Amino acid sequence: MDKMPKWADVILIPLISVVLALLASGAVVAFIGESPFEAMRIMIDGAFGSAYGWGYTLFYTTNFIFTGLAVAVAFHARLFNIGGEGQAALGGLGVAMMALYIPWPHWSLALIGCTIAAALFGAAWAAIPAYLQAKRGSHIVITTIMFNFIASALLVYLLVNVFRVEGSMAPETARFAEGTHLPSASTFAGFLGFRPSTPLNVSFFVALAACVAVWLLIWRTRLGYEIRAFGHSETAAVYAGISPVKITMIAMLISGALAGMMAINSVQGEAERLVIDYVQGAGFVGIAVALMGRSHPVGVLLAALLFGALYQGGAELEFEMPAISREMIVVIQALVILFTGALDNMVRMPMEKLFLSLRPRSE
Amino acid sequence: MTAPAIELKGISKAFGPVQANKDISLSVQKGAIHGIVGENGAGKSTLMSILYGFYKADKGEIWINGQQTSIPDSQAAIRAGIGMVHQHFKLVENFTVVENVILGAEDGAMLRPSISKARKVLLDLEQEYGLEVNPDAVIEDLSVGHQQRVEILKQLYREADILILDEPTGVLTPSEADQLFRILGRLKDEGKTIILITHKLREIMDVTDTVSVMRRGEMTATVKTAETSPAGLAELMVGRKVLLEVEKNAATPGEVVLDVKDLRVVDGTGVERLKSISFQIRAGEILGIAGVAGNGQSELLEVLGGMIPATSGSVTLHGQPIDITGRESDGQSRRRRGIGHVPEDRQVEGLIMPYEAWENVAFGYHHDPKYQAGILMNNSAIKADCAEKMERYDVRPPNPRLPARNFSGGNQQKIVVAREMDRHPDLLLVGQPTRGVDIGAIEFIHKQIIALRDAGKAVLLVSVELDEILGLSDRIAVMFDGVISGERLPEDTNEGDLGLLMAGVTERQGAA
Repeated sequence: MDKMPKWADVILIPLISVVLALLASGAVVAFIGESPFEAMRIMIDGAFGSAYGWGYTLFYTTNFIFTGLAVAVAFHARLFNIGGEGQAALGGLGVAMMALYIPWPHWSLALIGCTIAAALFGAAWAAIPAYLQAKRGSHIVITTIMFNFIASALLVYLLVNVFRVEGSMAPETARFAEGTHLPSASTFAGFLGFRPSTPLNVSFFVALAACVAVWLLIWRTRLGYEIRAFGHSETAAVYAGISPVKITMIAMLISGALAGMMAINSVQGEAERLVIDYVQGAGFVGIAVALMGRSHPVGVLLAALLFGALYQGGAELEFEMPAISREMIVVIQALVILFTGALDNMVRMPMEKLFLSLRPRSE
Repeated sequence: MTAPAIELKGISKAFGPVQANKDISLSVQKGAIHGIVGENGAGKSTLMSILYGFYKADKGEIWINGQQTSIPDSQAAIRAGIGMVHQHFKLVENFTVVENVILGAEDGAMLRPSISKARKVLLDLEQEYGLEVNPDAVIEDLSVGHQQRVEILKQLYREADILILDEPTGVLTPSEADQLFRILGRLKDEGKTIILITHKLREIMDVTDTVSVMRRGEMTATVKTAETSPAGLAELMVGRKVLLEVEKNAATPGEVVLDVKDLRVVDGTGVERLKSISFQIRAGEILGIAGVAGNGQSELLEVLGGMIPATSGSVTLHGQPIDITGRESDGQSRRRRGIGHVPEDRQVEGLIMPYEAWENVAFGYHHDPKYQAGILMNNSAIKADCAEKMERYDVRPPNPRLPARNFSGGNQQKIVVAREMDRHPDLLLVGQPTRGVDIGAIEFIHKQIIALRDAGKAVLLVSVELDEILGLSDRIAVMFDGVISGERLPEDTNEGDLGLLMAGVTERQGAA
């Protein structure tokens, strides 16, 4: 007998958490003398009020789906991969090399090539911490976060010393060739009002496909069964002949690959070149997305949409209300992360009690 | 007549829809040993937790020595003179006895004066009740029996007049248990009141004055021990007649199935857990391994089950060698070779508690071709298989979609037993098959093990319950400190004899 119906677990509790987070954010906005209702309206309108807003919201959503799924897959094996930031950065490197050095005849082939490169580079960056965890017991949280710094430094070095276009001051690669440019939403959904300038591109569909693939992997394949079993109890996994080393490695490789795939959206799809620090915290947002989405692909999708909207709406708010600075937006986002991720039990425990007391007594 | 030491009136407690205690009344006279028996989940622990202040009762009154008392927390319980000795000791392993005794009852910020004061009190208490323990010994150097004495001393130091002991003999050798009962007798003579919670009916018969039986949250009977019998108590516990003795025919051992030679296991910390063990099991034979927990039986099961590698030695199954050190030494390979394994701890090893029953039915056998559908798992085939197994193995409720943690201990064990025995393994490894399992399920599981033996399979049975070893085994080996300290036939031995072997008294020493 479960403590709560499933809908309460998956929908009601995150919803209450978000409402609480927004109330707290509203208090912060009111504290600096602005109207919280007006701020709310600007954010919602900015994220969903126009095709322009939707384009950015869904573009961010695409990033967060990839990094959220990455954290979710590792979570199922009870591995806390907080190295999404570095793995995504390396994915960017893979995309850049694939796009720069191969003359692609058509974007669809380029997309396949770049997706593979992004996944391989991301997975490779996760492989070392995974190996250290599996074989040496070095804690994955420590090693993945250290690898974020190494990735960041490595990319600075490569962009400044190897990929920088001669004569340019900007630490970034040359623009990718025409054949790699992904169709933006204006070409496949122009009838919805998307302009050519919109960052939303076909990799959104790759992200949706990744949700389906992860769902199949975790709940329908033998590997997913083994990953979840290992995540619940390592002793039991050993009893059943599931190798902890193998599962740790595979789960982290898949996780790293998903994080790396974020690059096809941001690097290949939007910037069309690799710029320094392109990940911009999406790897960390992935942690909040996975927590809020309870590591389920549907939850990850919804949470990614929420955070996409917060990013885009926040940018609009910053623009429309000068009193609200960039830092205030970060505070609001942090409050959402705090309430949905860290304070989950604060809402969960009273709700569980409530549902238990509502249930008819049975002998 | 003096007021009873403990009087409970109409205690009720519900956890959500589950009524754990229902209108329970109990009265225990001062200076009596009162037993409480009942199956798992009958509500014994809940009742004692209410008395000790862990839970608050929804309804009802607690009267201590004729005074109504409210016990909101364990501090209040201690003030009311109630002490509890838990099944799993709550001692700090690297502290000395006296340090553990004063833990939480220190007099001031500085330790030295309270320790020297406590040492004196402790020595007096030890003398008064015959509980010899060196006050300056470190806990981890003490035997389990002595650690338990420290727990009792801790309660006496806090001036407890009422002692609650929760399954106190689960970890003791028979002779240690006898010593414990002598101590309880002494405490009783000194006027202490003792409540003994146990599922071992023999202990109830041996030491208690009165006994209460609990079933499904209700107290079904309270009787004078002298006026009842084990069979009568078992019937009250289960609600129907139960076979306490295992019925089986004589074994007809065939060829050697399992041949273990010089098996050694050194664990990660360098401790030698198995010291050159050799034995054989034949087809149609049950070899029982007796011993106090922690003498290498777990490691023996784990090596044979492919969970840990051996350091050296050889194992053959039907004459074919089994890899016990290399790549082929894992649970999957063992299952392919026809070795089933009912592990000692179903909740940590044998089942994934959040997994639904059908997922657990495939656990370890999830590579079985009949569970596959292309690259995906054939979930509907597994569910159908699970429903069918649940029916044949009488798992209640027979719902494949229920998570394992929501089944009772006995039904969880039946899921494991169904999974491991239904494939008719050539060799079945069974660890503590009935630990924490209700009497009805024990009967069922024992019958299944006997049936497998009668079908000509080999069974290795590890259990700390001597009754179980004596009742099921065709041969008995006793393990002590990583070696087999003796072998017996069940008809030629008894608990006392096995108890000596379990305590490490080898034959030669015994004869001398």
